[in-house]
Formats: sequence, structure tokens, C-alpha cells
Amino acid sequence: MSRFSEVLMGILLVGTAGTATAFDRYPGLGRLATPAEVRAWDIDVRPDFKGLPQGSGNVDDGMTLWEAKCASCHGIFGESNEVFTPLVGGTRADDVESGRVAALIDNSFPQRSTFMKVATVSTLFDYIKRAMPWTEPKSLSDDEVYALLAYLLNLAEVVPADFVLSHENIAEVQTRMPNRNGMTTDHGMWPGASAAAGGIGNGGTPDVNGDACMSNCKTEVVVASALPEYAQDAHGNLAEQNRPVGPVRGVSTGEPADAGAAAPGSEAAELAALAAAKGCMACHGLTHKIVGPGFNEVQARYKDQADGEAYLTGKVKSGGQGVWGAVPMPPQAHLADDEARRIVQWVLSGAQAQ
Amino acid sequence: MAHDYARPGRVRPAPENFLSGEDIAAINEGGRRDFLRKAFVAASAALAAPAVARAQSAGDPAILELPPWSTSLGLPVASNPYGMPSKFERGLVRRESPGLTRVGGSSVAFTPLQGLFGIITPSGLHFERHHQGWHDIDPSRHRLMINGLVASEAVYTMDDLMRLPAVSKIHFIECGANTGMEWGNVAVPTVQYSHGMLSCSEFTGVPLKLILDMCGADYTKGRFILAEGADGSSMTRTIPMEMVESGEVLVAYGMNGEMLRPENGYPLRLVVPGVQGVSWVKWLRRIEVGDQPWATKDEAVHYIDLMPDGLHRQYTSIQEVKSVITSPSGGQILLDQGFHNITGMAWSGRGKITRVDVSTDGGINWREARLETPVLSKAVTRFNLDWVWDGKSAILQSRATDDSGHIQASYGRLRAVRGTRSIYHNNAIQSWKVAESGEVSNVQIL
Repeated sequence: MSRFSEVLMGILLVGTAGTATAFDRYPGLGRLATPAEVRAWDIDVRPDFKGLPQGSGNVDDGMTLWEAKCASCHGIFGESNEVFTPLVGGTRADDVESGRVAALIDNSFPQRSTFMKVATVSTLFDYIKRAMPWTEPKSLSDDEVYALLAYLLNLAEVVPADFVLSHENIAEVQTRMPNRNGMTTDHGMWPGASAAAGGIGNGGTPDVNGDACMSNCKTEVVVASALPEYAQDAHGNLAEQNRPVGPVRGVSTGEPADAGAAAPGSEAAELAALAAAKGCMACHGLTHKIVGPGFNEVQARYKDQADGEAYLTGKVKSGGQGVWGAVPMPPQAHLADDEARRIVQWVLSGAQAQ
Repeated sequence: MAHDYARPGRVRPAPENFLSGEDIAAINEGGRRDFLRKAFVAASAALAAPAVARAQSAGDPAILELPPWSTSLGLPVASNPYGMPSKFERGLVRRESPGLTRVGGSSVAFTPLQGLFGIITPSGLHFERHHQGWHDIDPSRHRLMINGLVASEAVYTMDDLMRLPAVSKIHFIECGANTGMEWGNVAVPTVQYSHGMLSCSEFTGVPLKLILDMCGADYTKGRFILAEGADGSSMTRTIPMEMVESGEVLVAYGMNGEMLRPENGYPLRLVVPGVQGVSWVKWLRRIEVGDQPWATKDEAVHYIDLMPDGLHRQYTSIQEVKSVITSPSGGQILLDQGFHNITGMAWSGRGKITRVDVSTDGGINWREARLETPVLSKAVTRFNLDWVWDGKSAILQSRATDDSGHIQASYGRLRAVRGTRSIYHNNAIQSWKVAESGEVSNVQIL
């Protein structure tokens, strides 16, 4: 739409909506939003369920969707720690009653899963709807979001296996969230009004303060922690991360940095970038397994197979399961045929980053 | 004094620059790391016979033998239409911390604080944190929508926003998880990885207050705003209306004299001075005015601080007073005994830095550092302190105070209240141990 027609539209809307004073101060700048525009973008859902769309979904449908669209990153049971931190795990039946996750208090679970932390079920609906799946955000219908959330709630043992989650009963689910009583806002790190004045927290008073002491402040210095031996070399060669002149040099550690960024303009670099942009690298390493096999493993298996290229191109587009393990690879429908074929060729030729 | 710089304390050439046959053999046999350590032992032994001895004859070849740049024609103007740093500076780049995350689209690249001067972060070195990858958005197709508790729900184009009255302000931005890997123990070797989710830039844009005024925001009921990005994650955060009303929250398009870089939100991001980076929503597409906070994913699942009693603190936003010595710092090695300038950065989300004290003995005694100008509210302040290193083991620390009277605390003090599982908002005093070899390493003092 041209600027001129936007201005016209603004004038038109001002006329029809009857709120004519809004843009007087800087004439010509900004225009009224149409109701359809606000609906398209205003997708947030608050803890009081303002913004929640109507709809419903059951656990079984959620499981089907989950295995097709979510399990490759999050694991079949939402428990995977391979790509992202676990969604499910670490909560107990007692937590659903108390609203406090005991494992956060007694430190008895090694990770902090999403369900151990989140207090508000609205957060999960809002986030799945706006941001998932990872490579196709905002592609789920409202009913699909309800179904996926029902499945997750069932995995977390918040709702039974025959549950149908809907806008009508989600408030009841809130009363069973395992960590619903696990948040506090009693701190000094909210930069607005205090809770007493309608905001959050104590109004900005810090909970920890240092000493201003200048001399003989203590009698001994105890080193409580130092860099562990195994971590010495974990960040590459520090000599190459410092300037070659000046008062200091970087200490020489680890292996020399790898060859670094791909040579700009090379075809391999372009295809490496394409694979990254299309989300392939979220699940496949160049030389190691992530969720799916490393590209080096794929190459090793298929490079001598006559129809390897055509076979893999089809697999990329349609998805698959079982060849490399139980975790399915979802169909990569967002890839054009030519993109899929070029990425496969790149993988079969050794998936060089440059 | 004229001769002093020729004595210990002057910069000696790095060992790589004067390899003997024996040295080269040492590299081939023992590897580079062993060599460097040995080389510094040898160099320390040679301290009594300073560099003058090596260059005793006619003088320094760097002077006596004219280099190519003095004896040939240089490159013409506009050889690099957009200038880049010298090739000799290529080590100072943004880097990921291996193993911290497994997905590049939801990861962090840290700013190389160890090599920066002053207070402004070069735009190409501004730290990166994305939640679902980054895009280079066509600015002609970008829109900002204002909705919720306003008289007129409105849409602005970039053309509109860039015609409005603009302001320019210098502020730091720090991720709430900066130094988060160090809550329980030392985990990373250098200041890039311990503190490099910190940058400071001049931002140019429109006060959000002005836009909300235009839309007739209901400031009585609408005490919170939601900021939302246009990226895949459509990142959202709740921000208090008090900050908007103060005029300091900006809808910014400019950074350090040019447009924002794509990795930093091109063409539009929110600037929320003093508040953690996650609230500075990038690729900003929408502001909603509301009467309650939203408990979005990044304020209900992440960016919540776990306390020792098992409760999470929610809506923690302010980045409290903090400082760090950037040189000498972890993973570096001092070239010589003698004079060194200790330099670092201090900042506070509550206002101006008023004072930085530096200790070289692990916190027994402190000296007040010089604050360089400008000293700005909610911006990085550069500090410097003269130091003569006597070649003995030392532990360097810095401690900042802000104009609210808040003093940066030790690890012991911080952990006594917040434990070690918080992940976020670690503003403890950082310690760097200088060994007799000159090697500097990351340590924690309670």
C-alpha cells in the first residue's frame, strides 16, 4: 500500500471511528489500526486468560501432532535434554496438590524442566501459539495448540489421558499447575512502582549490598574456586582471542581455532548457510549427532548408493523414522525441491562449511 | 623520566617474534602451549638484561630497515566502502561459549571485552542473543502497532517513526544471564565469556511516551506495557509504565550513528535503560498497554531467578551495580613486571557510577580508580588505575558504587542471600589471579 493511500485510509478510519484527536500533534504520522490488523497481531494470552481464543483439543490428538511436529526436538515424552532443556519431568503428584515443586526445594532433580518452573498455564498456550514449531512458528491452529498443550499437561500428570482441554476448563487446569505457588515478586529488581503502589516488588530496595572498606578489610584471602583443568582448553586458543600488541597476550591454550568462517561466496558456504537458515543444523551437526545423525554419518551411509541423492531428497521432504533411531524427522515441507536436492548434494559431498 | 620506558614495564615483543632454532624445535616437539610457558620462563630470567641488550648494535630493525608501508604506494580511498578493522585485530570477534547451548538460533555470542577501550561497543561486536534466530528485515515492510488500553489503536511505518522528534542516549545493555555460568564456581576462562553479554551504545529513536501520548494511552489503568518482536519467537516482555512515563524508554532505530544492525533488531528495537537485555525487544512490532503483567515465556519459564528456598523471583529486571577489570584479565599473560594500567568497565541499572575501587591483593586493601568521562546514567563507565607489578602473585578485583549508594558485593555476600542456582543477575565482584609467570586466570574469592 502506498503512503498516499495509507494516509487516505487513516482519514477514512478517523472519519468512521470517530476518534479524531489522536494524530493532531504530528499530522500525517501514524494511522488507526484496522480491527483485522489488531486481531492478526494481538495474540498474547495473559494469566487471567485475556486474549485466549475459543477452542479445544484432546490428549490423543495432541500426541499425534506432537510426534509429527515436536518430538524431534523435545523427545517423545517431552523429556529430551538433547536440543532444548526438558519440558517435562521432576514434578510429583504431591506438587499438583501443593502448587510447589518439591524438587526445587530439595534439589532432587538434575534439570529444571519447564513444568517444574512455570506457574501459569496461560504462558504455555501463549508461547506454543506464537513461537512453535521451531522452524514454522505461528503455523498451528488454536485447536492444535489446545491439543498439544493437553498432551503436555498429561505427560506432566496434571490432567488424565482422556482429557479435553478447552477455553472453558483451562482455568481449572491452572489450579493444578505443579508450581503455581512457586513464584515470588518480593524483590527489589522491578523498575516500576512497588506492589503497595499497584506495581511489583518492594519498590527497588536491593537485597545485597557490598562493603565500602578500603584497608585491612580481611586477614586472609581464600580462593574458593579456580578454573577446572578440563575447562582450560574448552574455549579454543585464547592466544588467538587477544590482540597481538599491547600490555598482554592471550595464553596459548587448546587446539588452534578451526578454519573459521566459510570463505564468502563459495558454493559450500552458501549451502552451509542455507542448511542453517532452513533449520537443518538444529538437529544435525556437520560431524556429530545432535538429535538426528551427523551429516558425516549420513554421507558415510549413502555416498556410494546409486539412488542416494534421490532417496535422501525424498526423505528430507517427507520425513522419516527408524533408520537412525526412534526419534522421527519431521517432513521439511518448507524446503523447495531444489533446495532439498542441493542440501542433499552438499551433505553427500562431505558437508564442508567452506 | 625520559628513559623510564626503556626499563621493565615497556612492551616487549611477543616470543613468537623472536624464535630461535631451539624455540622452533620446542614448538614442534612439545606443542605451542608448552612452548609459550617455557618461553615466558626464559623471558623472565632475562629481565635483568633488558631489551636494550638485544638491540644493542645500531638499533631496532623496525626503525633501521624501512618497512614496505614506508616505501610503496598504499591503497586508494573507498577500497573498503564499509571499513573493517585491521586484519591484525581479527582475534577480537564475537564468540560462542562451547557447550552453553546446542542450537545457534537460540544462543549467545559474547563481546570481546578483553580488547575494548572506552565505553562504546563497536556495533559489529555488540553481543548477540536470539530466541529463534535473526532476520534482516525489509524496513519498508516493518510496522509498529500500538493497541490495548489506548483511545486509538494505531500503526506506524518506519517512515512515520523516523519523522518524529528523535533523541540520542548512551546506555549499556546487559543480558540478565551475564556471568550466569559462574554462580556456583569458576566455569569459563576469560572476561569475554564471563561478562561479554554486555555492550554499550548510543541509541537514537523516539521516546515511547510520545507515541503512547499520540494514541491516547490510559495511564490510569494501563500501568504495564507488553513489547513484542516480529521474529519467529515474537519475543514478549512486560515493562512498567513508570519507566515509559519517565521518557527514558525509546523506540530506537539508530545505534552508534547508523541504523541498528540486523542482529541487534534492525530496523526497530525497544531501549529500556538499566533493564536486562531481554526486555529490549528486537524487531519491535507491537506495544500493548494493559492493566496486568503478562507472565510471558521469558518472564515465567526463563529469566526467573531460583532462590535457595525453591521459590523463583519473577519480573526481576534491573541490572544492579557491577564492574569488571577487562585488562589484565583471565586468559591473558603479562609481558613483563613493572608498570601496568589496570582498566575495566562499571555500570548500574539504577543510575550513575560514582566510584570504583580496585584491589590487587584479593580484597584486603583497595584504591580508588580514576573514572574516565563521560560518566552517564545507566551507561558503561570506564575506569583506570596505575599499578606496578612486582612479579609476585596478585589477585585483581574491582568494586563499583552507584549514585543510589548501592555497592557491588562479594560472591560470599551474594550467595548468602541468593544461593548458587539463580542463573540470572550475578553482579558479584570478579577476581583475576596473576601468577608469578604473568599468566592471569579466573578465580573466585568469597
